[in-house]
Amino acid sequence: MKSLEELRALKSKIRSEMELKEGGVDTRVVVGMATCGIAAGARPVMNAIVEGVANRGIKNVQVTMTGCMGLCRLEPIVEVIDKDGNIVTYVEMNAEKAAKVVEEHLAGGRIVSEYTIGAVAQ
Amino acid sequence: MQIENNKEQNVLVVDARKTDFFKKQVRIALRNCGKINPENIDEYIAEDGYEALGRVITTMTPEEVIDVMLKSGLRGRGGAGFPTGRKWDFARKSVSDKKYVCCNADEGDPGAFMDRSVLEGDPHVVLEAMAIAGYAIGSDQGYIYVRAEYPIAVKRLEIAIKQAKEYGLLGKNILGTNFSFDIELRLGAGAFVCGEETALMTSIEGHRGEPRPRPPFPAVKGLFKQPTILNNVETYANVPRIILNGAEWFANIGAERSKGTKVFAVGGKIKNTGLVEIPMGTTLREVIEEIGGGIPNGKKFKAAQTGGPSGGCIPASLIDTPIEYDTLIEIGSMMGSGGLIVMDEDTCMVDLAKFFLSFTVEESCGKCPPCRIGTKRMYDILEKITSGRGELSDIDDLYALASAIKNSALCGLGQTAPNPVLSTLRYFKDEYIAHVVDKKCPAGVCKNLLQYKIIADKCRGCSACARKCPVNCISGEIKKPFVIDQSKCIKCGTCMETCKFGAIVKE
Repeated sequence: MKSLEELRALKSKIRSEMELKEGGVDTRVVVGMATCGIAAGARPVMNAIVEGVANRGIKNVQVTMTGCMGLCRLEPIVEVIDKDGNIVTYVEMNAEKAAKVVEEHLAGGRIVSEYTIGAVAQ
Repeated sequence: MQIENNKEQNVLVVDARKTDFFKKQVRIALRNCGKINPENIDEYIAEDGYEALGRVITTMTPEEVIDVMLKSGLRGRGGAGFPTGRKWDFARKSVSDKKYVCCNADEGDPGAFMDRSVLEGDPHVVLEAMAIAGYAIGSDQGYIYVRAEYPIAVKRLEIAIKQAKEYGLLGKNILGTNFSFDIELRLGAGAFVCGEETALMTSIEGHRGEPRPRPPFPAVKGLFKQPTILNNVETYANVPRIILNGAEWFANIGAERSKGTKVFAVGGKIKNTGLVEIPMGTTLREVIEEIGGGIPNGKKFKAAQTGGPSGGCIPASLIDTPIEYDTLIEIGSMMGSGGLIVMDEDTCMVDLAKFFLSFTVEESCGKCPPCRIGTKRMYDILEKITSGRGELSDIDDLYALASAIKNSALCGLGQTAPNPVLSTLRYFKDEYIAHVVDKKCPAGVCKNLLQYKIIADKCRGCSACARKCPVNCISGEIKKPFVIDQSKCIKCGTCMETCKFGAIVKE
């Protein structure tokens, strides 16, 4: 990039791409992959989600990773963000639970209440 | 417990950000952590990333940048709390054709992990801030000194540097200006002393990591004998937001003498262990009870330790102390880099002091005698006290050694090493006296000072404890009270856990 204007143009482009959700993507699944998450088992969780989404041919979901949100004791944490920005935080996940979230939430559109932060950490 | 259903509406809270854990937090340094993908520069740019650097190098003079930092009131988050703007100003005024910007990512305090979290969750913020600092002081080269024990942080920093260079946000003529800035990584080999600024620079230079006397201060003669600034990861993580939102915005957050927020790695005997970012001036009670969710298992809060091996403890009587640089110093602790270890009634304060001393003994680099010999002598005295051989004169000796070390050690490691002993002596002297005079450990931690006993009236003579005892030191007849042979007992506590009748006590 050769100027501040170019940086700002890129920012607008990235933002509008995120809003338009190219290719019909309207849901983001974010897995906490800092040291605390990985130590608690985030890698198998990530794999289970990626595989589940691919095997079921779910097209509207983008799976990505992030750092630590501070709730280290509840890792692995998976968040599902819908097109309106509503967030569901799943905590203390493992591969089996992740597969169920793929099936119920991502494919079926039903929140798996018992794995959410409000249900687990009461 | 703080993360719970909203009882009034009886609705299940499914978004972590709407739980009590987040309600009292203000996130500046951690604003992108847990939100963006740290390995994708685009996501950082979408969150206004590199906008602050762009504005600084196209519209501001170095003096104006430093003025913003001074007015914001930002102080170093590594522990000592030196005003960041003043540090930058000293380096800017030092005349040299080569200057350096360093980042201290050698997070070594036991129990502190907030810098790791920033590096792993938002590495670009550190790169952007270092470039801003480079522009402010007139430097074109930065070094991040990061501990090799943080492999994920190292990997994400490498990715971030590569991406920033590809985008032309690091390197020559950034955004078409005359400003060039490059950043390299240097990995620490696991020595705690390398978190000390002069030792860190010595290590970057390729020498054994040992501190050197100050003055000359790094702003005058630092890395490779050139003017250098060194800031902590969390300090840098605040910088781009201060530029974007203005000094006044930042100065309005926090307390009178401590502006902004501080990230704490909360650990120990607390329900919600993790990372919290709170405005300065928040009380310890709010952190422990409201954000942290209180002490588990119905135990009582005894003290909190801040500042790691350089800091001290805050007793329960001072739980309403606002967390600020100066208030913590006044009560004999310090902000430190942000480790906050919560302790309940089962913690022995003499044992705690001994733990931190064992850490400094291990990590003392050995260059100066007060630290090398003094901390070892203090440790030996604590060992003597906790093993039941202490005398009252030992406590006087601890004071004498502490003051000698504080006054004569070469660097911050040694100068602050006696703090855990001094602050536990200040608030828990009765525990030291109990160890020395009564030969008792009130918290029941120091093994040499406690005995497991069977209360004859309560013992049913079931022999369960005797069968579990690993050294076979419990004997007796079935249906009659059993007895522990104290000369053989290794104080493992198995018998007490085994007994169903509460007939075994520890005293």
